[in-house]
Amino acid sequence: MMRWILLFIALALPAQAEVVVAGLSQNRVSINANFDGSEILIFGAVKREEPIPSEGGPLQVIITVAGPSVPITVRRKEKKYGIWINTDAVEVDEAPSFYSVATSGPFAEVISDIEDLRHRVSIPRAIRSVGAPMSVADAGSFTEALIRIRVKNDLYQVNENAVELDQDTLFDTSVALPANLTEGDYTTRIFLTRDGKVIDRYETVIFVKKVGLERFLFNLAHERPLIYGLLSLAIAIAAGWTASAVFRYLRS
Amino acid sequence: MQIYLPIAEVSVNAFLLLGLGGIVGVLSGMFGVGGGFLMTPLLFFIGIPPAVAVATEANQIVASSFSGVLAHLRRKTVDLKMGTVLLVGGLFGAAIGVQVFAMLRAMGQVDLLVKLSYVVFLGVIGGLMFFESLNAIRKTRKAGALPTRKKHNWIHALPFKMKFRTSGLYISVIPPLVVGVVVGVLAAIMGVGGGFVMVPAMIYLLGMPTKVVVGTSLFQIIFVTGFTTLMHATTNYTVDLMLALLLLIGGVIGAQIGARIGVKLKAEQLRILLAVMVLLVCGKLALDLLLQPSELYSLGTGGEH
Repeated sequence: MMRWILLFIALALPAQAEVVVAGLSQNRVSINANFDGSEILIFGAVKREEPIPSEGGPLQVIITVAGPSVPITVRRKEKKYGIWINTDAVEVDEAPSFYSVATSGPFAEVISDIEDLRHRVSIPRAIRSVGAPMSVADAGSFTEALIRIRVKNDLYQVNENAVELDQDTLFDTSVALPANLTEGDYTTRIFLTRDGKVIDRYETVIFVKKVGLERFLFNLAHERPLIYGLLSLAIAIAAGWTASAVFRYLRS
Repeated sequence: MQIYLPIAEVSVNAFLLLGLGGIVGVLSGMFGVGGGFLMTPLLFFIGIPPAVAVATEANQIVASSFSGVLAHLRRKTVDLKMGTVLLVGGLFGAAIGVQVFAMLRAMGQVDLLVKLSYVVFLGVIGGLMFFESLNAIRKTRKAGALPTRKKHNWIHALPFKMKFRTSGLYISVIPPLVVGVVVGVLAAIMGVGGGFVMVPAMIYLLGMPTKVVVGTSLFQIIFVTGFTTLMHATTNYTVDLMLALLLLIGGVIGAQIGARIGVKLKAEQLRILLAVMVLLVCGKLALDLLLQPSELYSLGTGGEH
């Protein structure tokens, strides 16, 4: 419904010649006990009232998926008194738990630096780091390290040329959500660009939620912690006793 | 088979967890250690968040210790009286330890302190045990006679003497109480049951027979780790029941097997094996501190010190 209203508003505005219309293969990801990652297909089309503009560069598409943002502390080890210990720490105010960028061409060609800054598209721009303590001179290397570690764990992905653009009209890409996903609303954005300038954008949300046993245990642990703790102990004691009884039975 | 852990929020292989639980369970039943000093670093390694690993490990130790202690109870190798005395000291020590931990946390560097205390304690205890049991083995081989370890030292001069029939001891309650307190403090700081400290302390300080030591240590560990589990579950919400379940299925089976292997081995052999294992973990942790890590940076949740 919301999507149609947005589309209507977009169509009512006369200035835009090209408008993005998009959909997802699923807008809900359920984490159950055997959740092993998920792949989401994002597809759409470019809606036009007029023929494809002849001047200007080719049409490009950028698709981003961002997990919930949380503050993160990045620590650095240094050799002191002969051993490696954590010395400096920088607080990154907001870093998405997951971030994926897919483009239809090389990143430098699809979006200009200014537009990247405005829409916060690339990974370094999607992370917000306000200030580092005065004692740390090279705060930049801390955010770089954050990105490096997350890229290694597939939590941050840059996929250039991963968006298929067909006849400047139809596009699609798939985003692989890793197995160690956190709960929350994953914001999905689609940008249409020409000559590095954003000409239209579209935003939707993928809801990632725990279901079934996972949901039950998580809720119990947070809402009835004492019962949860006692339950854990009861299970432990029962398991210990069962094993002991079974082994005694086997021996006799 | 991958399984998603609801509290840890990571997906791991279920069979890997069962296997890890089993191995640590065997060690637990054999030596009377909870196995936390071994399991906690292993869980970090497979990507479980440290807070969840420490809390869940406590719960798993309850299961394997309980399973182990039942086997020992039937064998009458648990000194309940001594265990209770140690436990009183242990709970008192754990309460102090939690305060010390909070203080260190406020000062920062708690990770380093935990690692350093691991290296120091594991190194000293492992080293002492290794050489002592090596000597004992040599002596028995040469002379063919049992070494006499019941020396009368200053410990026997202390007041408040008590009879511990199962251990065959008539000593003051002060040394076991002090051992309990020290173990409790260490357990709270290092996030383990403390068996690897208590077992040698019982053998060398209190002069208890090795066979009784294992069961008694397990008896005390059940209560200390049970208390820890409840504390973590109610204050930090970091006990992962799914993770605990997988670990303890392996753990309880392992503990039964371990207890049976344990009675077949000679006391000196048992001690030397435990010493070697303690030294290996110590060496690994020491290398981590001494060698340059491949990644100098690490991520933590925001807002902590």
